[in-house]
Amino acid sequence: MTLLAPTGSGHPPPAPPAARSGRRRLLPYLLLLPGAAWLLIFFGVPLLQLAAASLYDPSGSLSTGYAMTWAFGNYPDVVQAYWPQLLRSFGYAGLALVLALLLGYPLAYAIAQKAGRWKNLLLVCVVAPMFTSFLVRTLAWKTILSDNGALVGLLRDVHLLAPDGRLLATPFAVVLGLTYNFLPFLVLPLYASLERLDPRLLEAATDLYASPAQAFRRVTLPLSMPGLVAGTLLFFIPASGDYINAELLGTPNEYMIGNVIDSAFLVRLDYPQGAALSFLLMAAILAVVFGYLRRAGTEEVL
Amino acid sequence: MTGMARETPAGDLRLANLTKRFGIFTAVDDLSLTIPQGSFFALLGASGCGKTTTLRMIAGLEEPTSGQVLLGDTDIARLRPYKRPVNTVFQSYALFPHLTIFENVAFGLRRRGIRSVDDEVTRMLSLVQLDGYGNRRPAQLSGGQQQRVALARALINRPQVLLLDEPLGALDLKLRRQMQIELKRIQTEVGITFVHVTHDQEEAMTMADTVAVMNAGRIEQQGAPADLYEFPATAFVANFLGQSNLLAGEAAGTSGGEVAVTAHGARFSVPAGRSRADRGPVHLGVRPEKLHLVGSADQVPQGHQLVTGLVTDASYVGVSTQYLLRTGWGTELSVFAANNGAEARVPVGSEAVAYWDPRHAFLLPRDAADTDRTTPVLDEPVGASS
Repeated sequence: MTLLAPTGSGHPPPAPPAARSGRRRLLPYLLLLPGAAWLLIFFGVPLLQLAAASLYDPSGSLSTGYAMTWAFGNYPDVVQAYWPQLLRSFGYAGLALVLALLLGYPLAYAIAQKAGRWKNLLLVCVVAPMFTSFLVRTLAWKTILSDNGALVGLLRDVHLLAPDGRLLATPFAVVLGLTYNFLPFLVLPLYASLERLDPRLLEAATDLYASPAQAFRRVTLPLSMPGLVAGTLLFFIPASGDYINAELLGTPNEYMIGNVIDSAFLVRLDYPQGAALSFLLMAAILAVVFGYLRRAGTEEVL
Repeated sequence: MTGMARETPAGDLRLANLTKRFGIFTAVDDLSLTIPQGSFFALLGASGCGKTTTLRMIAGLEEPTSGQVLLGDTDIARLRPYKRPVNTVFQSYALFPHLTIFENVAFGLRRRGIRSVDDEVTRMLSLVQLDGYGNRRPAQLSGGQQQRVALARALINRPQVLLLDEPLGALDLKLRRQMQIELKRIQTEVGITFVHVTHDQEEAMTMADTVAVMNAGRIEQQGAPADLYEFPATAFVANFLGQSNLLAGEAAGTSGGEVAVTAHGARFSVPAGRSRADRGPVHLGVRPEKLHLVGSADQVPQGHQLVTGLVTDASYVGVSTQYLLRTGWGTELSVFAANNGAEARVPVGSEAVAYWDPRHAFLLPRDAADTDRTTPVLDEPVGASS
């Protein structure tokens, strides 16, 4: 590399071409090394450990120790025991995603195209909740939705809620919490895409007989696709694995797969089950993501 | 292709008292204009004169503060842009980057629910000489090719009026000349009314059969390019469309078909037919190429008028030599002498006489405070737009 060559003289002697191109070829790998090592030690090794744990003898325990028996039966067992929670995870995450799209797309569009000098302030507002802890934000929703809170009182007064109706500890509260907590992950990539959208293209579309709805469908939407795909993935993946919202805003009836994994590892100390569920969740998410990317036509995304 | 003209219903484009204000700024000021069907009309003006705003009001991209946009007998001023039989070639082209060239061109037809677009798109692409480019993306085309796609995308809809917003502004000079000829050919071929907005006077004169010169939201003068050039109506037109030597003088009325003018102590006359004022403060105008330069007054032919001065500069530009002649009162006149071999070069620093045929002069009314004007009004830089 010329960077390493002495630069004292005006014209440093060029390195022999072969050596130089050899070093140049190595450089990207050298740059990769720290990150790759980090991932290997703190992600690759635990992942393998987890994979192994998912195949331990289910009859073992922390005190007696686990035997590696290649117990593939752990997988069908956990599916049988916890399929409602698994389905519920994707159901809640999907529902939250729909809500987030309805809220987030217009929001991202307004900030990107219409906000003018308020753009940066509005972006800060979108990101600001992230400055406080996830837990604190979710606890705040617990207060807002509580049975004695102003919101429930108001809804009861206008008869949108039965006199004994509640918001907290319902599926609604969990979906609401998921929507709220992961909304910025959807809005930010969408904003980045929509910000680059040239408004003159929309003028051209309306000039060429596209109604506002058609202009959206044929120009705005396809051009915001990269942000939309990235945003939905960034939203959906953590939302389907989340357990805080169901824990704090729901009841065991609203528990998602994350809650089951949490309790398997920390309460019931059933490591093979927790590991098997973790892998199952990963596989399911990967399947959903690949199916989605294939359908969304991702030339521009990947 | 001549069938197109017959298919579009008859209708001139008329702007009636069209006004557009942005806050306290009046961009277009009570503009009235008739553009005959099938004509190639150029709206010419410097940056910020309101020409693009006018175009956008015709397209429906800007709503007029007041006034009408009439196509035939219908007022389209309040119609949404997608309901107007008008299409635009945008300055930036605004091609859809996610669609192929074919789909870009087919866009308008598809939005109107036309299913079989293949033949029409193929024909349009060949009209703009882009056969075989259908599968490419806009980013894979050069500027000139993108410009032609933008043209095809608008023309395929057979609009009653095609609006062109500085369509050649982003092209280099050579390509621009080529596209000017191309545009003119296509306009003749399809017979659609073209309204062309530009700041480039040469472009306007080359292509348009009618030119309207716009200044500060108003039309200064409108007519055939030659009429505008030979007999401008205002000092602005005289120095925006080409260049003029305008001498401040006082007219003393018409006698015997001639208007007598006193300017800087000398007496001149202009034929009454070339005078737009015959009394009070006037500008006596002569185009630089209508001035001839000789060494002494006795070489001036009979019936010509003259001004003497000192040659301060001579620029040889090939087809002509452009002189600056400083008069006794300090104004520098421009004189363009054709390099046709008939006239001797005049050396810088020498005394010389500029003379002209009075039939080539013209007389314009002048504000009392206005003095001589000999410098051209500058074009806006390429790419900027009002």
